[in-house]
Amino acid sequence: MIGFVLRRLLQAIPTLFIVVTASFFLIRLAPGGPFDLERPLPKAAREALARVYGLDQPLLVQYARYLGALLTGDLGPSFSFRDLSVAELFARFLPVSMTLGAIALILAVALGIGLGALAAFRRGGIADRIVSGLAGLTVSVPTFVIAPLLQIAFGLGLRWLPAGGWEGGAPAHLVLPAITLALPQVGAIARLTRASLADSLGAQHIRTARAMGLPDHRIARHALRGGLLPVVAILGPTAASLLTGSVVVETIFGLPGLGRAFVDGALNRDYPLVMGTVLLVAGFVVLLNLVADILAAMLDPRLRLAR
Amino acid sequence: MTGLPRAAARLAGDRLALAALGLLLLVTLACLIGPFLTGRAPDRIYPDLVRTPPGLAGHPRPEAIHPVLERLAIRMRVTLEAVSQEAGSVRLTLTAERAIDPRVLAYLPRSDLFGEAAILERAPDGRRLVVEAPVRRLHFLLGTDTLGRDLLTRSLVAGQVSLLIGLVATLAALLIGTVYGAVSGYAGGGVDAAMMRFVDILYALPFVFFVIVLVVFFRASLALILFAIAAVEWLDIARIVRTQTLSLRERDFVRAAEALGLSGAAILRRHIVPNTLGPVIAAATLLVPRVILLESFLSFLGLGVQEPATSWGALIAEGVRTLEATPWMLAGPAAFLVATLVALNLLGDALGDALDPRARR
Repeated sequence: MIGFVLRRLLQAIPTLFIVVTASFFLIRLAPGGPFDLERPLPKAAREALARVYGLDQPLLVQYARYLGALLTGDLGPSFSFRDLSVAELFARFLPVSMTLGAIALILAVALGIGLGALAAFRRGGIADRIVSGLAGLTVSVPTFVIAPLLQIAFGLGLRWLPAGGWEGGAPAHLVLPAITLALPQVGAIARLTRASLADSLGAQHIRTARAMGLPDHRIARHALRGGLLPVVAILGPTAASLLTGSVVVETIFGLPGLGRAFVDGALNRDYPLVMGTVLLVAGFVVLLNLVADILAAMLDPRLRLAR
Repeated sequence: MTGLPRAAARLAGDRLALAALGLLLLVTLACLIGPFLTGRAPDRIYPDLVRTPPGLAGHPRPEAIHPVLERLAIRMRVTLEAVSQEAGSVRLTLTAERAIDPRVLAYLPRSDLFGEAAILERAPDGRRLVVEAPVRRLHFLLGTDTLGRDLLTRSLVAGQVSLLIGLVATLAALLIGTVYGAVSGYAGGGVDAAMMRFVDILYALPFVFFVIVLVVFFRASLALILFAIAAVEWLDIARIVRTQTLSLRERDFVRAAEALGLSGAAILRRHIVPNTLGPVIAAATLLVPRVILLESFLSFLGLGVQEPATSWGALIAEGVRTLEATPWMLAGPAAFLVATLVALNLLGDALGDALDPRARR
């Protein structure tokens, strides 16, 4: 187990290295620079800024310096938020995105697996049809349509909940964004659960259990064990994307999260912020995939933690 | 290809899938020929009909005609002395300090709300005109936006862009994925392992972020958006094709082709790729809505299709911005987008089921 985790973490190093290298050169080879303002700066000021941030050096030197700083855990200073480092920006924006993402993830997993299992056990019945229909719909309705609809209904129409804003993470402000984030994932997880549970309910060991006259809830437990494997497999990427913030949801609800900061950073050519965010997200993906694999091995002992 | 005809037969018996297919064809046809039928350009601005709610009624409304004429009179530099409305036309009495140049009457048809004006009476000094002009009835089924542009025409033209991107980017992803997967699976051994390790690494990349970086840093153009989306979405196809190829490689007809001395490229082209078509078609059908969604997501953020061109995502973004005042600006384009995505997802699922050899029935 420990060996497996160590091996996987070692394997992650080349992945993260490729991420850093690809995004570094992609960003630097693009036209435009961080100090191209609407009113051009005086030449002396530009040169001074370039010197301070090391942008006057050859690209490969800058790359080597960036890598060197990364090894010491330094993500560099932000260009667009003056006087703040990228790490400080993460400390400010990441909690917003992660709070919302965690709530959405719990909602998505609980509702998705619950509804999917209900549909699978009552296959062909009314519950199955309703769940399958709704799940198909939520997968097809983009968040930027769901969010305004929720805003109109609960924020502007019924006035039950605030239509936007963060207010230090007051619970009422979390409800609509978390639901928006969770809905498409609920649909996706419910569909997957239903499909794989339907498969595992037809398996030999379940038929045996039925023949032995086991009560329904015992059968359900056996079926769920195998049936949840595909769900666990997609949980890694799902969790990573939820926890690192959604640009759309943060934009529509006016939340100070990482997704919005990333797009603004890209628009402002804030190289260190963009690089740092890409690296952070890649790290999340690697880490959460690892967690998902460990979970899968716990569900199915046949999947040894090899490779 | 024994699987495909059987799958087609199964699909033909699936009413939901047929309905989805019909809806899809309807949307596509509407987007292709609809803009000609509405008879107006998507960027035609009706300054007097800004924020018209959707509906079947003709515009301008009788009660709106007078204010519109007042505004036109200012542009024509005349005073509107009297207006009388009759069935389908207006009779105007215009006066001015100096003789009225009849050419200013061109303002009436130019507004698109009235037809060619006819002079009924003219005072000898030319400072007073009585004219009659037919009232045109314009219909805005989905309303107009904040600039007074017809939302139906705009949604249909936007649909052309969204569907085009969906189709072309999917085809590009399909091409890359199929070639990559087939080569990897057929080569096998170390080459296969290396090629699949590369795919694994790409899977771990935060791709949405990469696409955003690409389109922000290199100025969004249609070609770039297509490229960025295709570069992201070929991975699934590559995996599917590889798995198929691995099993096909061991089949007798491939062995026979090898024994006959066919080159690897020829075997791939003639024997491997055609036989992977079934699962690939199902995966590609599900890829189209993902691509359309990704494009509309970019356009929604203002990073995708740029003015004067538009796509569903861009129109929805405009609608969200003025949600409270003009909710119909969101409703129209969103309905088109959701209908298309639902239809494509249903169709893709049905295709997958129909092609699944393990499926009951």
